[in-house]
Amino acid sequence: AALSRGLRSQVSAALKEGRVAPTELCQRCLALIKSTKFLNAYITVAEETALKQAEESEERYKRGQPLGILDGIPIAIKDNFNTAGIETTCASNMLKGYISPYNATVVQKLLDQGAVLLGKTNLDEFAMGSGSTDGVFGPVRNPWSYSKQYKEKSVPKSHPEDEESNWVITGGSSGGSAAAVASFTCFAALGSDTGGSTRNPAAHCGVVGLKPTYGLISRHGLIPLVNSMDVPGILTRCVDDAAVLLGSLAGHDPKDSTTIQDDFKPFELLNLTDVSKLSIGIPKEYHAPGLSSEILALWSKAADLFKNAGAKVVEVSLPHTPYSIVCYHVLCTAEVASNMARFDGLEYGHRSDMKDSTESLYAATRREGFNDVVRGRILSGNYFLLKQNYEKYFVKAQKVRRLIANDFVKVFRSGVDILLTPTTLRDAAPYTEFIQEDNRTRSAQDDILTQAANMAGLPAISVPTALSERGLPVGLQFIGRSFQEKQLLTVAKWFEKQVQFPVIQLEEVKRHDSDVFQHQKSASFS
Amino acid sequence: QKVSVEVLEHLEHLALVDFRDAEGVQRLQKAIQFADQLHEVNTDGVEPMDSVLEDRWCLYLREDDVTEGNCTKELLENAREKVEEYFVAPPGNIPLPKLEERETFLQGS
Repeated sequence: AALSRGLRSQVSAALKEGRVAPTELCQRCLALIKSTKFLNAYITVAEETALKQAEESEERYKRGQPLGILDGIPIAIKDNFNTAGIETTCASNMLKGYISPYNATVVQKLLDQGAVLLGKTNLDEFAMGSGSTDGVFGPVRNPWSYSKQYKEKSVPKSHPEDEESNWVITGGSSGGSAAAVASFTCFAALGSDTGGSTRNPAAHCGVVGLKPTYGLISRHGLIPLVNSMDVPGILTRCVDDAAVLLGSLAGHDPKDSTTIQDDFKPFELLNLTDVSKLSIGIPKEYHAPGLSSEILALWSKAADLFKNAGAKVVEVSLPHTPYSIVCYHVLCTAEVASNMARFDGLEYGHRSDMKDSTESLYAATRREGFNDVVRGRILSGNYFLLKQNYEKYFVKAQKVRRLIANDFVKVFRSGVDILLTPTTLRDAAPYTEFIQEDNRTRSAQDDILTQAANMAGLPAISVPTALSERGLPVGLQFIGRSFQEKQLLTVAKWFEKQVQFPVIQLEEVKRHDSDVFQHQKSASFS
Repeated sequence: QKVSVEVLEHLEHLALVDFRDAEGVQRLQKAIQFADQLHEVNTDGVEPMDSVLEDRWCLYLREDDVTEGNCTKELLENAREKVEEYFVAPPGNIPLPKLEERETFLQGS
């Protein structure tokens, strides 16, 4: 029962008062990871080191000297963050077997506060994707696929095979982290967010997904996708927990010169009672083509919720929204082309047996190490960066980026405090349906509502709102002003309290489909 | 407007990544088509934006003091081929074989 409660109020208190021991908590989480293995949320489970960390935490609690709220709390980390001594794969053949020699700053911060690192979670290869289906370790399954709520609404009461093929995706690319938090195997998880990769799976898995302001949390050690947009993301079961995590991670890092130098003061969220001074903006362009009528209705209901509570709710316009995804497509592939150049097989990662020449080694290594999605983006990016295309595509996209960022500035300047939008176009799709379209098409469709916040560097959070007709989670998104996470989270917490999102009722999976997951270990080069 | 074989080959050479098959080339064609939508936007007089933090001017230089390092052993551990403290690479300065010589799918197009 303790597993479904908030950190600050329940678990930390329980640890402090000795009602539960860190080692016990750790063991329970590890056991749960084992029994939910079919979700494929974890790539690596660091059992030994986690237990050791839990033991050390226990010693500290016995001495009455815990390091803080996070001491002894089991956390999972997306597998694109460097973790010293633990394999970091980015779900790619290119980094299989790569043992990080250092901890990402955010990982180090968590460890310094006594957090217990349970393992590395699954993702789309190199965080490219919106389904967590395109990694070499196979797709991640949404825990809600096995919930009473989904089964009652969606699964025909016939053969088990039907049930087996009905499972839905987690969304992505931080699907493993979202699934890990949603299935109670950890209290919080780190994801990354470049186009919506933390918020999208958060919405599909019924958890809170926070994308902080660009420049607030260090990217040192986060294997980069798009340097000008990447941020570490936070996934938790409630908004208060997200605030706790934010408090322990934010702040200037001399190792990441894109972090701002202002002092960051961790905050505790107060319970908002009076929303009458709040101005909520509803951007009309977020009524995007393809938005399900269900989510549109929920969005509308949420706006009414604020209005009825006395807040000012206004329709606003972010006219360049429809171009955000195209702009992202160009800038992302361009930065990817540059960032992926480091993978040549010489210093780390996969190395081909090719010995003819340096260039042929690089080419063969990269052919063997990257999947189609990654290679596709590298090639597209290189195309947009060709001399004859540079102005036409790359610089053009940078100009459009400014227009998109300015849209937000104008709206916030007009007196709006927070924007309220849907996070996804629909609830989680069944895997068999999702893979009908290729990765680029899907990403273009699914990132449409989350992407602009990355373009403008703004903080945004997805809060689980309600269950869809199919019994699956739907989240709504709040976008705030730069570095105003406190206001953003305060409003999100108020909203969370109003909607009372239901707890997942996970049914016991009776069969052990161990052969289904054989491919996890023996993924072949594509 | 299809991308010429010369450009495709040039891209493969620059990226050191291959298209592999017709699907790969199609993917690029679709990506370009998608990106072309950008030209619908009027950007007259708009400056390109490199970073959302441009107003805060974070990118600073630090003092040239050695604060960390001496981790040769750790850094070499992840390399597959090394000799003493060197990473080993096959001979450089040898260009990739020309299109005609290479076994590449592009030859067929």
